Amino acid sequence: MGLLSDPNRRKALTGLLTRLNTPICIVCYLAGIVWFMGLAFEPFTLRTYMSENAMGSTMVEERFSSGERALSLAKEFDAHKRQARGMPVEWLVKAMQSRGLEVFTQSFSRKLPFPDENKERYMVRGTNVYGILRAPRAPRTEALVITAPCSPGNTNNQAVALLLALAQYFRNQIYWAKDIIFLVNEHDLIGTQAWLEGYHHTNITGMEYSPLQGRAGSIQAALSLELSSDVITSLDLVLEGLNGQLPNLDLANLFYAFCQKLGVLCTIQGKLQRNDWDTAEGYTHAAQTMMLMVLKQACGRSWGDHGLFLRYHIEAASVRGINSFRHYKTDATTIGRLLEGMVRKLNNLLERLHQSYFFYLLPSLSRFVSIGYYMPAFGLLAVILLLRVSFPGLCHCFSVSLQPSSPGVLTVLTPVVISHLTGVALYLLPVHLQEMAVEHFPVSETEAVVLTAIAIYTAGLALPHNTQRLLSGEGTEQGWKVLKLTALLYLAVLLGCTALINFSLGFILAVTLVPITASITPHMPKALYAVVMVLLSPAFTILYCVFIYQELIEAPVSVSEGWMLFLSVISQGILDHALYGSLVYPLLALFIYPCWLMFWNILFWN
Amino acid sequence: MAAPLTLLLIVAVTIRAVLFRSSWAELISERVEVVSPLNAWKRVVEGLALLDLGVSPYSGDVFHETPFMIYLFHFVVDYAEIVFMVSPGLVFCLSRFLTSLYLFRKQKYALESDRYPADCLELLRSPKEMFYIPLKVAMFYLLNPFTILSCVAKSTCGLNNAIIALFILCTLKGSALLSGILLALATYQSIYPLTLFAPALLFFLQRLYIPVNLRRSSFWFFTLQYAFIYVGSLVVITGLSFFLLGSWDFIPSVYGFIFSVPDLTPNIGLFWYFFAEMFEHFRLFFICVFQINVFFYTIPLSIKLKEHPVFLIFMQIAIISIFKSYPTVGDVALYMAFLPAWSHLYRFLRNIFLVSCVLLACSALFPVLWHLWIYAGSANSNFYYAITLLFNFGQILLVSDYFYAYLRREHHLTHGLYLKKKDGTEATLVLK
Repeated sequence: MGLLSDPNRRKALTGLLTRLNTPICIVCYLAGIVWFMGLAFEPFTLRTYMSENAMGSTMVEERFSSGERALSLAKEFDAHKRQARGMPVEWLVKAMQSRGLEVFTQSFSRKLPFPDENKERYMVRGTNVYGILRAPRAPRTEALVITAPCSPGNTNNQAVALLLALAQYFRNQIYWAKDIIFLVNEHDLIGTQAWLEGYHHTNITGMEYSPLQGRAGSIQAALSLELSSDVITSLDLVLEGLNGQLPNLDLANLFYAFCQKLGVLCTIQGKLQRNDWDTAEGYTHAAQTMMLMVLKQACGRSWGDHGLFLRYHIEAASVRGINSFRHYKTDATTIGRLLEGMVRKLNNLLERLHQSYFFYLLPSLSRFVSIGYYMPAFGLLAVILLLRVSFPGLCHCFSVSLQPSSPGVLTVLTPVVISHLTGVALYLLPVHLQEMAVEHFPVSETEAVVLTAIAIYTAGLALPHNTQRLLSGEGTEQGWKVLKLTALLYLAVLLGCTALINFSLGFILAVTLVPITASITPHMPKALYAVVMVLLSPAFTILYCVFIYQELIEAPVSVSEGWMLFLSVISQGILDHALYGSLVYPLLALFIYPCWLMFWNILFWN
Repeated sequence: MAAPLTLLLIVAVTIRAVLFRSSWAELISERVEVVSPLNAWKRVVEGLALLDLGVSPYSGDVFHETPFMIYLFHFVVDYAEIVFMVSPGLVFCLSRFLTSLYLFRKQKYALESDRYPADCLELLRSPKEMFYIPLKVAMFYLLNPFTILSCVAKSTCGLNNAIIALFILCTLKGSALLSGILLALATYQSIYPLTLFAPALLFFLQRLYIPVNLRRSSFWFFTLQYAFIYVGSLVVITGLSFFLLGSWDFIPSVYGFIFSVPDLTPNIGLFWYFFAEMFEHFRLFFICVFQINVFFYTIPLSIKLKEHPVFLIFMQIAIISIFKSYPTVGDVALYMAFLPAWSHLYRFLRNIFLVSCVLLACSALFPVLWHLWIYAGSANSNFYYAITLLFNFGQILLVSDYFYAYLRREHHLTHGLYLKKKDGTEATLVLK
């Protein structure tokens, strides 16, 4: 309390902060970036370890041996799939029934707000087939889910076949304490969404589906399997879920432990682990892996079927077979054993996975960075905003703006309201105006939506400061200071909340938004700063992320390809919001963009 | 004056009406920050259903309203949104009270302006400034998001606030009888307003020019008179409740519930986490400590602020809303409505900026951390409690800042605004 109540020490402190404000801010920014990049350096990370007792010490023995049968099943399934031109529902029902499962189907349909050009679908109609293996040894209050998406073409047949083979094998074992649900879902995420909503009796996205006829207990964990060839070389673990949510780290540990035990090559983000952390290449490799995770998490979409389970408090991960490292070969039997082992350990759980971390970044599968280590990187960036807020001129403005008689409050209100109205327009109009746009311009619906969004975004740049001038005349010196204070506080709270829910998104936004927002005043060279501000605006951040992502997955793109990707990322973002309730698009449109517009306003204050 | 007030009222009612009809209302009425087990509308409905079935509403562990409340709602349940009509009414009371305060101060201003040192004139409020205070108070209460949330959730906290506001109004109007009765009613509703007895008594003594002197019979005479009104109406009200209900069930179910804190649903207060973690055999001891904490501040504050009972009322309400066992944002809104009344203290406030930032950030973080804890399952109760602690820290800092500013202004009023040290240099005041 001494610091807060002793006026002399307060004066010294504020004096110091005022004098060294800019150097401190610059140091904080650089320190934040360096801290973040340092997270991938191995000595600064922790080795992963199994925290869950029930999964750690209990040994299980894997005996699954019908890998060959699974592969022949895959061929049979493929034939039926071709015949049915879609999911062979009847064949699947029979196949599951003959393996002693209780089989049910669920049909669903969903009309997308606008056609999805990546996956070429608009009116989606499909069926989920699932079979429940009832636990012989327990009161059936808990369940595990293994899911394999039935994709069009000849991809993923092996996954469905392995699922059936596992079902047959599991049926003959006596140790199951949890019901096991084998789910084959059509239309990947849409099917999963329909099934999950049916299972939990919710309807949050306006999906039409038939109610589920059979149910098991509360789902404890889920694994999603994606395999597309008979022989695979390595297994990739996908963790990033909807809105950047991650499953408990123990699930990743479990996967890693079994890969080690069975000698299967395992990757994360498609990157193998390297042991030479002390060389430059080793560090770059780890940093790339971590950056990929950050980018994937930040975009807030579900990167596999598992991502939608996380919303229902179900720990889930996707295991994806990859066929690219030529020297190693893993057959279906080994993958079956790996899954058997994981499911058996999950079967031993006494309570939900909760012991280990939920907030982490993975520079490799065996190393992790916990929230306590990565939050300071964000904190160092956020503190800049607070330092600029406490800038004495601004502080003074605050006490002045408390007096309602001063003009401050009203002049600030106009830009704030207008910015937010622009944000609302950006959120609502693209989808609602598509029909009109298609009528008047020679574009498809998807293009119409994306281009409308970009048009509104650009129009927003012209709008606010003009109307503001129209309404309240020349801006005063006091006015922009109060506006800047409001905007800085707003941004700080906004980024703080975002970083808590989705660290990566918060951090990426902070990296691009903080420097310009902290330094902006109306007295700067307008043209130069306008260009810099636009280059650091949220839309350009997305564009940069697209390029960096392509660079990191070693598939660099040219500028025009990058632009097309950028457009498809926007349409995917809007679709993800409409279909699964991803929050990134509304966050950007309703909050981040208006907040950025407020700073744009300050630049053109006079 | 009337026109802006009417406009304000229309705006406030519109906001509430819109929110009542929107899909947000259900969501808001489930938020733990807005409703507590004591005042949730869901529980009132449950109690009413039990009453209609001829079962005591206090059987079971759901209903914790007082008997008066349930009989009130028994008659008006079809107009349940009356709750939201009451809260503007409350503000009219408050602004009326401040009008009266304003008249009272205006006379005082005329008297005082020649009594204080010349350079202190700028510390005194001009009548023009005071003129807008009722409007500002009404605005602070009616448009405060906390009040709106609490009103849309149909939390009965709004009614309790109305009773306390009426009590303050009657006190300032000088009606000892009505003030005593309303104080008894407020105490009956939630016990804690008991601590407002001291400031009310001090106010009447000051008004009647009776010095606080334990040896004077007039002091004792008035104190006993006021205490008699208070205790008498409390007994009558409790007795009436007994006759309405035909049993004493409500005593353990309402007051026992408030005191022993059996429901540890998270809220914005300090109790739930602490008592969830506590070993069972320490529970009684710490409940005593925590509850005494609420009442204890009455003594030192009454001694320090015995010349300023209105400010004392503000301090007491703030302390109650911070330290009570089931606080909600509605309680916070009540004392925040007073802040514009102390607008003359702004120049002495030191941490108001910091405090505003903290309170603002906490209000945004409450739902975020709740989401992470309950829905995403990735954070845990510690995260949420950390924000609760910070929120309460902000409130305490706010109240102590106002307290300090008030004392400092009083000091300047008597000693002059620009203090000099003995050697002639400028002096600063330090609170230690």
